[in-house]
Amino acid sequence: MSRLTKIYKTAPAVDGISFAIRRGSITGLLGGNGAGKTTTIAMVMGLVQPTSGTVEVLGHTMPDEAAAVLGRMNFESPYVDMPMRLTVRQNLTIFGRLYAVDHLKERIAELAAQLDLTDFIDRASGKLSAGQKTRVALAKALINDPELLLLDEPTASLDPDTADWVRGHLERYRARRGATILLASHNMFEVERLCDRVIIMKRGRIEDDDSPAGIMARYNRSTLEEVFLDVARGRDREAAQ
Amino acid sequence: MNDLSLAIAPHRIGAMVLRYWYLLLSSWPRLLELMYWPTLQIITWGFLQTYITANAGFFARAGGTLIGAVILWDILFRGQLGFSISFLEEMWARNIGNLMMSPLTPIEFLLALMTMSVVRLAIGIIPMTLIAVWFFDFNFYSLGLPLIAFFCNLIFTSWAVGIFVSGLVLRNGLGAESIVWTLMFALMPLACVYYPVQVLPHWLQFVAWSLPPTYVFEGMRALLADHAFRADLMLTALGLNAALLLASFAAFIALLRSARRAGSLLSSGE
Repeated sequence: MSRLTKIYKTAPAVDGISFAIRRGSITGLLGGNGAGKTTTIAMVMGLVQPTSGTVEVLGHTMPDEAAAVLGRMNFESPYVDMPMRLTVRQNLTIFGRLYAVDHLKERIAELAAQLDLTDFIDRASGKLSAGQKTRVALAKALINDPELLLLDEPTASLDPDTADWVRGHLERYRARRGATILLASHNMFEVERLCDRVIIMKRGRIEDDDSPAGIMARYNRSTLEEVFLDVARGRDREAAQ
Repeated sequence: MNDLSLAIAPHRIGAMVLRYWYLLLSSWPRLLELMYWPTLQIITWGFLQTYITANAGFFARAGGTLIGAVILWDILFRGQLGFSISFLEEMWARNIGNLMMSPLTPIEFLLALMTMSVVRLAIGIIPMTLIAVWFFDFNFYSLGLPLIAFFCNLIFTSWAVGIFVSGLVLRNGLGAESIVWTLMFALMPLACVYYPVQVLPHWLQFVAWSLPPTYVFEGMRALLADHAFRADLMLTALGLNAALLLASFAAFIALLRSARRAGSLLSSGE
């Protein structure tokens, strides 16, 4: 993305950011509430039109050339739900058809086995626990075996065990598929574990951009959580040192 | 979704129709509701028609005018509701983001909603017409081939209104939901459902003749009272409907783009 800006009425939610993501990498977007992470991801998905600047996804400009790439990407976000009254299998069938997935029944069975959905695959999505819903949302996000996966708080509201399990699955998926993952999270442990690179955002701008180890070294901190607090509370790198 | 793509993939339309079909089958009260109001309507108006026919000259000559109008009005009204409720289901379920992010194009989405409006309409209207035969001796299907022209023109108008109000809800969120339920009623007095256009003040007749349903209701009265099929009325209605559908599609795309600019697709609540 290049000089990407989004202004809602008069307030800039994203303010002239530029970065490129290497294929096959996992990049984390960090930042407090209102930092611009969700708006950035929404512009990558084509759900929000930038006020200025450009977003290019898999070689195509968004949202104008969205048709060429939407079938090759997918997402999971707390801002959307799976239809509640349909069963997990029905939901996955519909999204599989929308994405023209070959051998859909086998693909659903495969995802059900990988994500441990088998016990409740014929239950209405609205009757699942938070952890089960997250796994179903992840199954929907992986139904088309996407090259680019956008995740907004993928482990929010999960217990530590389920969250750890989801992170492990994402790691295995990236390794197997060579997929590119862009992840927005408040969970510093998650970002440290999963991401090759971290982009810290504050008030719509990029505050820092490096590997987790590089950023922690620059702020002289031993965890990303401490770095996050430094950034959120306005302590710059020099002061932190 | 790529807003202006006119590419149509039947498998994606089929997927969306399947989604609404599953939804319909998942709740018997909703299925029952599709039949409940049309049934209530036909019974109320049927008895009124029976009473008036026995006491008024015109209605004695043109038996079934009222019941016919009730059924045609329901095609118009429930056609739009069938379209819009399927759309609202996506808003209520917070699923619109999933669809907008998928390869589904707006035209495919709208075609799926049109298909579902016909399915939902059939579930409500067919029992209604059977009640009209059994209880009030009015066979709606005896209107014959003109019925196809009436039906097509009414369903086209209902889709045009449905597309437009869906765009409004997409742009403004569920706060605009009440428009879905009420906009069609604004057409009722002007489309001259239960009375001829001549009843309106002269200046208002111009407005009435700009609405495609007016031609259908006039055509139905001509058929029942004078046994004459007015093809000219149907062709004019068809032309107006074509313009209306194009305008509503353009409005939907404009509202969708406006929603992208305003970020409304991220927060599809109120």
